[in-house]
Amino acid sequence: MTVVRDRVTTRLAVPTMRKQSPLIILVLGAIAVVALTYTLPPFRTYQLATVGAYLCVTAGLTVLTGLNGQLSLGHGALMATGAYTLALWQNKFNLLVVGIIVAILVTTAVGAVIGLAAARLRGPYLAGLTLAVAVVVPSITSTFDGTFNSDQGLSVVLNPPPESMTVEQWQAWVCWGGALLTVFTLALLTRGRFGRDMRAVRDDETAARLAGISVARTQVTAFVVSAACAGLAGALFAVIAQSVSPGAFPLTLSLFLLMAIVIGGLGRLTGALIGALLLVALPAVAHEIGEAAGSQRLEGNLALTFFGVVLVVVMLAAPGGLASLRIPLKKKGQR
Amino acid sequence: MKRTATVLAAVLLAAAGCSNSGGSSGGGSSADTPGVTDSEIVVGTHMPLTGPAAAGYSKIAPATKAYFDYVNANGGVHGRKITYKIMDDGYNPANTQQVVRQLVLQDKVFAILNGLGTPTHSGVLDFLKTNRVPDLFVASGSRSWNQPDKYPGTFGFNPDYTVEGKILATHVKTEHAGKKVCFLGQDDDFGRDSLAGIEKVLGPVAAKQSYVTSNPNVGPQMGALKAAGCQVVMLATVPGFTALSIGTGAKIGFKPQFVVSNVGSDPATLAKTLGAAAPLLEGVVAANYLPLVNDTANPWIQLYSKVNKEYNAGAEMDNNTVYGMSVAYLFVQALQSAGKDLTRDGIIEAVKKGGFTGPGLVPVRYSASDHSGYAGEQLTTIEGGKAKYLGKPFRTDDADGAVEVYEQAAVAPPANGIPAA
Repeated sequence: MTVVRDRVTTRLAVPTMRKQSPLIILVLGAIAVVALTYTLPPFRTYQLATVGAYLCVTAGLTVLTGLNGQLSLGHGALMATGAYTLALWQNKFNLLVVGIIVAILVTTAVGAVIGLAAARLRGPYLAGLTLAVAVVVPSITSTFDGTFNSDQGLSVVLNPPPESMTVEQWQAWVCWGGALLTVFTLALLTRGRFGRDMRAVRDDETAARLAGISVARTQVTAFVVSAACAGLAGALFAVIAQSVSPGAFPLTLSLFLLMAIVIGGLGRLTGALIGALLLVALPAVAHEIGEAAGSQRLEGNLALTFFGVVLVVVMLAAPGGLASLRIPLKKKGQR
Repeated sequence: MKRTATVLAAVLLAAAGCSNSGGSSGGGSSADTPGVTDSEIVVGTHMPLTGPAAAGYSKIAPATKAYFDYVNANGGVHGRKITYKIMDDGYNPANTQQVVRQLVLQDKVFAILNGLGTPTHSGVLDFLKTNRVPDLFVASGSRSWNQPDKYPGTFGFNPDYTVEGKILATHVKTEHAGKKVCFLGQDDDFGRDSLAGIEKVLGPVAAKQSYVTSNPNVGPQMGALKAAGCQVVMLATVPGFTALSIGTGAKIGFKPQFVVSNVGSDPATLAKTLGAAAPLLEGVVAANYLPLVNDTANPWIQLYSKVNKEYNAGAEMDNNTVYGMSVAYLFVQALQSAGKDLTRDGIIEAVKKGGFTGPGLVPVRYSASDHSGYAGEQLTTIEGGKAKYLGKPFRTDDADGAVEVYEQAAVAPPANGIPAA
């Protein structure tokens, strides 16, 4: 133990690395979530669960886009892959934990295929490819309607939660279990060599290559990691909603995810958390406004407008995203 | 990472700050029934106010609300006023999940009334069952609502699509004998149930096509039906797609006899969607089970017109308005029947007891073993831009029962327009 710590301290003797262990965050987060599920009313607990599920995908996406510089507009489709895998698995075997793992594996495989193509593309072409993936989801579900049941989607067989807790508490625990594990893993990954490789590739591919980093491998790995996170998020959404349908994973979802991490702060896990929170909070606020204005028709379209306005305001006021805002006690360098 | 922890803590605290006091749910007496107080009953619904199915359907919920306001202005039901919370789900099953949870968990509604759509409502059946929320008069004719053992609190309103399919197919069999009959339906239980009914009477159709609401283009489907030489095309479509199919067909010179499901056949909605091409609707055959809006001599239409004028800001009336008010009328009947001590179990028992008579041309079926809505339909045709009834109402079941004429005349509304206890 002491030997390990010595090694770690000497290796991390760089000043900017003075950070708390992700393990502490993991434990604190878990305690906070459990405490919240016992204090919040059911609907808030449900929203909390949704934030957890969103956090899985935003965390993965912010690592991909913020740290590795690959722009993906197709993460909604990767979520759909995870969700449909879980639904099909559950309806056949009804083993939730295994189902979630299978969902992650299948999405990872799909992510690897897209990632291989993506590593050969740059900028707008990469965005275009991933966009096509997002657009194709509804067509796949209606072409193979025998398996995916078209727009109506599939319901997900789930065993009822243990007697001692409500459905919403159980959902929140499952989702935040996944989210905290995701954040923990990503925090570890991005701190180590892989994180440095990703940043190096993002900043200058030629320089990275000269430094002995395999650019293509780094990019594909980043995409695969990010896809796995999206698959987990999709599976969790299937658990929360007890159903999957293409309408849950439209193109706008992929766009919302990207907007959320940009507003939150690109490349930061804190930003991913803020983004996940906004994804749940902004539509709710839009609904309140719509209701107050006396027109329920407004809210169908208001959330989009709202996101756009928030994006513009945040980009003007804090170009680094909300996570870059500091309480002006101590000034630190960028990132 | 310290910042991560700070933000996490702040976020969680903020979330905790948003919390409002949780209520208990149960079925004891109306004192602890969610959504019911001595002066109010809160009921919720999910409706497509925007999106691909909004055409026509977006008028249903305001009409329902208008009738409730009329009842409220006349003293309410057992001294309680009805509050109707309308949520827009855009006909997207994923949104339905969200808004129904909001209604049940946050707004604590007493019941979900008239939630619209087969694909949308199918996804919330389990959630409503788990939370023991009465799920009354679903605005769809899927057979899923009629599963008393699996979903004891769910009741349909529309005639089963299979029942409707059998009635429409019987008309085709007698009036268009020997012609090539084809089918275009929504790619979900709506289309499938409908086709099942049609094929029970006609045998296999010559060609069948399906569409999804997320893709507003039926060119390939209509092209295939034209190529198959169809002479009669039976549509299980929502209004937007009925208009689209008829319009697309005309564009490629394909004008078969269209026979349309009730839910996609309101002439006012179709005419508005088709615009200048509205004359294409002449002769389209459909079916209905409620008074037609243009039948101004009908006492129900007179009642609804009055309510619409006073409580719906005189909105333009169509058959969706009639539908919405008929739902409200039936719900008030159920409330009256459930009595003053209103509980969730109580209203389900009241609906199961059945025996409601109202605007329908055929009776509703509700019983302990049958949770489907109206028992049949009467054929309509469009003449001069308006629907009119043909012949007599028919009644049948969703199995192999015969399609038979229903002779009993419809009842008139009570003098004050509000069902008595």
